[in-house]
Amino acid sequence: MNLESVKTLYRAEMARSLRTVLQSIVSPVLSTSLYFVVFGAAIGTRISEVDGISYGAFIVPGLIMLMLLTQSVSNASFGIFFPRFSGTVYEVLSAPMSYWEVVAGYVGAAASKSLILGIIVLITARLFVPYTIAHPLMMALFLVLTATTFSLLGFIIGIWADGFEKLQLVPLLVITPLTFLGGTFYSIDMLPPFWQAVTLANPVVYLVSGFRWSFYGISDVSPLLSLGMIVLFLAAALAVVAWIFRTGYRLKP
Amino acid sequence: MSEARDSTAIRVEGLGKTFAGGFEALKDINLEIRRGEIFALLGPNGAGKTTLISVICGLVNPSRGRVLVDGYDNVRQFREARARIGLVPQELTNDAFIKVWDTVSFSRGLFGKPRDPAHIEKVLRSLSLWEKRNNRMITLSGGMKRRVLIAKALAHEPEILFLDEPTAGVDVALRRDMWEVVRALRDSGVTIILTTHYIEEAEEMADRIGVIRSGELVLVEGKQALMQQLGRKELTLHLRDPLASVPERLARHRLTLAEEGHALVYAYDATADEDDGTGIAGLLADLEAADIAVKDLYTRQSSLEEIFVNLVKEAT
Repeated sequence: MNLESVKTLYRAEMARSLRTVLQSIVSPVLSTSLYFVVFGAAIGTRISEVDGISYGAFIVPGLIMLMLLTQSVSNASFGIFFPRFSGTVYEVLSAPMSYWEVVAGYVGAAASKSLILGIIVLITARLFVPYTIAHPLMMALFLVLTATTFSLLGFIIGIWADGFEKLQLVPLLVITPLTFLGGTFYSIDMLPPFWQAVTLANPVVYLVSGFRWSFYGISDVSPLLSLGMIVLFLAAALAVVAWIFRTGYRLKP
Repeated sequence: MSEARDSTAIRVEGLGKTFAGGFEALKDINLEIRRGEIFALLGPNGAGKTTLISVICGLVNPSRGRVLVDGYDNVRQFREARARIGLVPQELTNDAFIKVWDTVSFSRGLFGKPRDPAHIEKVLRSLSLWEKRNNRMITLSGGMKRRVLIAKALAHEPEILFLDEPTAGVDVALRRDMWEVVRALRDSGVTIILTTHYIEEAEEMADRIGVIRSGELVLVEGKQALMQQLGRKELTLHLRDPLASVPERLARHRLTLAEEGHALVYAYDATADEDDGTGIAGLLADLEAADIAVKDLYTRQSSLEEIFVNLVKEAT
């Protein structure tokens, strides 16, 4: 294990987001806080409780999940896409690092960034809406697993993309719709039975449900199922990354 | 385990590369780079120079054959192999907003070496980059960016340095500076492999030269030997009185008349034995005997460029 190399890559990636602190930290925190102001503090008081929880508090876990998913994907995809695009990736590829060390550097930094953002948003949310956390350790586990899994997904997208358009394609056309329809703003009990069944095909439902359970002890699906699904996604993402490295796909001809 | 840790810095054995589209970029390359030498890889555009370097540095997977770096297989023992290599790519790739000091320090860390500001300072100073250490890359000229790329490649103290077209797009003065830098590196014990299509560069710098064409290594030779073997010499004799034709008694020397009869040109091989009475001594004796007065004379050896052009032409 070449720890020095991984640390160097990790630090450089973290430094990159500090150089663009407005874009990478202030902007996502601000936009998520706007949701809390509008849906939590303003409209939220006029919406009836969901499962015995005030609407403002109900949407906190889902909104954090929304931000965590989009930030993990965009951080990690940009992190590997940009060196490929500019050509500087040659240095990482010619360094005495194994592929998994390269992943640890890039994905570790992307996941850390979204975790930091998640925590900032969690603290900010408390200013607008009162919430409680029933299972803090499980909450932390959900946060870490989700950030890691979706940073891996972002890494895969960053390798697959051959232009800036494709880089934006998946986050805009797949991640955002799935999150909005994934029970962030409502409990899937509120849907007609047919749409409840359809919604269960949306992977984000399991993430939001499990994460919300760690706050309030209520969930649309069993928390164990949620945990199992995240681990499954993580395994799938790791398998794709392993395939990328074995074939050299778009990295090494 | 390390094999052949002798005077060989890099050993390439039966290396071939066929890209996914079916294009065969390298065909059965066998090559040894000696420790401490400057080796120039010459070839026209698209001949496979960059592909060969990329395979050795681990950027491209070989289809066949293997590469040993200091005795370490560059696939199975990639850590040991790659740690010994510094690569300066052809393209001026860089992260526009990073500072010179930071990007060079990053390169060192990436290769697993502990921080060493003293070494980074030494490298920056040797490349005249010390004054620019706090500049962002985007503010540097092309020549300075090239130097930063060299500094990055040297940051982890490699034993072997690859320079892919180091002076492409660099002005003449800077090119001379770059040559000085490369010579100084060689003197410090670094093995250097450079690709170029400036023959002048290979002629000026290299100890040995490899010519690559359509993915095949056409020839590997010491520069001196190459120029001696393939370099024809020409002796031009300026005559006091012009001649209308080459005199009969000088016919065996196969002379040609030039400058409207004012000069005789004699092509010869300086390394050949001359006991049959040909050669310069024989010629001069015959001129004397024919009573042809010579005003001036000079010899000229064909340059590497002429040799190279002939080689590539011959092979096509």
